[in-house]
Formats: sequence, C-alpha cells, structure tokens
Amino acid sequence: MYKVKVYVTLRESVLDPQGKAVQQSLSSLGYNGVEDVRIGKYMELQFDDTVTDVEGTVKEVCEKLLSNPVIEDYRYEIEESAKQ
Amino acid sequence: MKFAVIVFPGSNCDVDMYHAVKDELGEQVDLVWHDADNLDQYDGILLPGGFSYGDYLRSGAIAHMSKVMAAVKKAAEAGKPVLGVCNGFQILLESGLLPGAMLRNKNLKFICRTVELAVENNETMFTSLYEKGEKIRIPVAHGEGNYYCDDETLAKLQANNQIAFTYASDVNGSLSDIAGITNEKGNVLGMMPHPERAVDDLLGSADGLKLFQSIVKHWRDSHVVNA
Repeated sequence: MYKVKVYVTLRESVLDPQGKAVQQSLSSLGYNGVEDVRIGKYMELQFDDTVTDVEGTVKEVCEKLLSNPVIEDYRYEIEESAKQ
Repeated sequence: MKFAVIVFPGSNCDVDMYHAVKDELGEQVDLVWHDADNLDQYDGILLPGGFSYGDYLRSGAIAHMSKVMAAVKKAAEAGKPVLGVCNGFQILLESGLLPGAMLRNKNLKFICRTVELAVENNETMFTSLYEKGEKIRIPVAHGEGNYYCDDETLAKLQANNQIAFTYASDVNGSLSDIAGITNEKGNVLGMMPHPERAVDDLLGSADGLKLFQSIVKHWRDSHVVNA
C-alpha cells in the first residue's frame, strides 16, 4: 500500500490572480513581509498492492488528468503505508 | 444539416444551444449524452457552456476524459465543424483539440454581461458571413475565461490566423484579448462568449446568428449540389 501526496501549482511564468489577492489581503492585515502567495492544489492518492509501478503511474495520472501542463507544475511524495 | 449538442452532467447552456439551432437556424439537432461513442450521423458538433462535473479539478478536466470526446476528436479529424462555447471551449482546451488553457478572470469575478467582440478572421467556416473587423455584441458568463498560452503558441496562433474573435476592450485579462480561437485546420472553434444567447433581437442581440449561419453555409456549399 502506498500513499501518494500530489502538489499541483501554477507554473512560475503564469500569473496567479488568486494568490495575488490573498497576498494583498495579508498585507492589509499588517503582514507586510509576505512578499508573494501562490495557490495550488493538494491531493492524496491511496494505491493498493495491484499497482506495481507506483511512481510511473503517479507521473502518468499527473500528466493525463491531475495537472494541466500548459499552466501547471506538479510534484509528488510517495509514502509506504500499512495495510488498513 | 444535422447537429449534435453534447450534454455533460452540469452542462447548463445545452438547451439554449439546442433552441438556437432548432428555432432560429431551422436545422436538425439532437441533445446527445456524454456516454455516446458514435457521432457519425452528425454534420456538426456543439459543446455547450455550463459547469460540467461541477468544474471539479479544473474546468473541463473531467469532461474531456468522457467517452463522447473520442467521437468528438474523430469528428474534428474528419474536418466536421466542432464549436465549443464557454465550458465547451474549456473542454476543447483540456482535450488538446485547441492550444492553451484558461486561468481565473484577472479580477477574480464571475463576469456576466454583453460585451463587444471584433471579428479578427472572417475566413473560417464559422465566421464567413461576418465582415473582417466587424464589431458584434455577444454575452459572456464565466469565471475562468482568462486565456493563456506560451509565447511560441501565441505566435503560431497569430501566424496561422487562428484568432477568430477578440474582445474590443479587456474583459477578463485574456492574452491579446483573445475571445475565440480555431485549430490550425480551422474546423474547431472555441470561444468564451455565447453566440447561442444572441440569436434573436428579443434576446438583446442577434449578432451570434451569423456564426451558426456561416457553419450551415459552409456545409451546404460542400454538400448540396444546387446550393
């Protein structure tokens, strides 16, 4: 059993209007030191033992569905997890 | 000419599209559920607006994996007209039938109003009845219509005349004010504004009707001997 954590964020070259609005809101709360905010998505995937190539499968699903490579980057962490 | 309006769970402009074709254009049209795997009997494919699959993950991301999209791709490859409006445009982008992606509107607001568009390319099967540079009034209704692509893709779009419509003034932050683009072959058009909502003066504008009439004209010119 594997637990996979996937992080999807907008690429550096792409403006993030949502992140900018949050940064401005933090600044108006007095947190002027927060220079930049980028908003992304966090997903947890649970794999069962039938998947032999976990890393290959994670890359595949990230590129096919979980992220849009035109505007987004992804990274992932794979953790072994005990049987439930 | 026979059209299919593809319906996904969460589509909400499907009936507008259906009536635009049936009542205003006077052509045949069916509503086709997303699990259909064959669209061979149709001459034109319409992907309507809405919030397919609740916009989960990204707008259009889940819909583009649905069964009917393989048939839509087949129709596009066969050169049939494929029009995606609003969420339909987002689905075409996700499926790779059109280049680029949509970001949140620059002002983070859902924008719902009638805007002015400029016809950039009137030499497509979707725009031939417009004048080049013609200004038309078409409603928009979207939260994610801020078109984005990389510089290389933008240069290609411009070089190949793939930009069909632009906003006459900035609406949502779209790159180069892009409102609608075609594929390289010119038979797939995606646009954020809703031409199906502007097909009769009673609706506030009839400027969208010529888009549908252009599609029919193109089809008749190549399919009807005495057209």
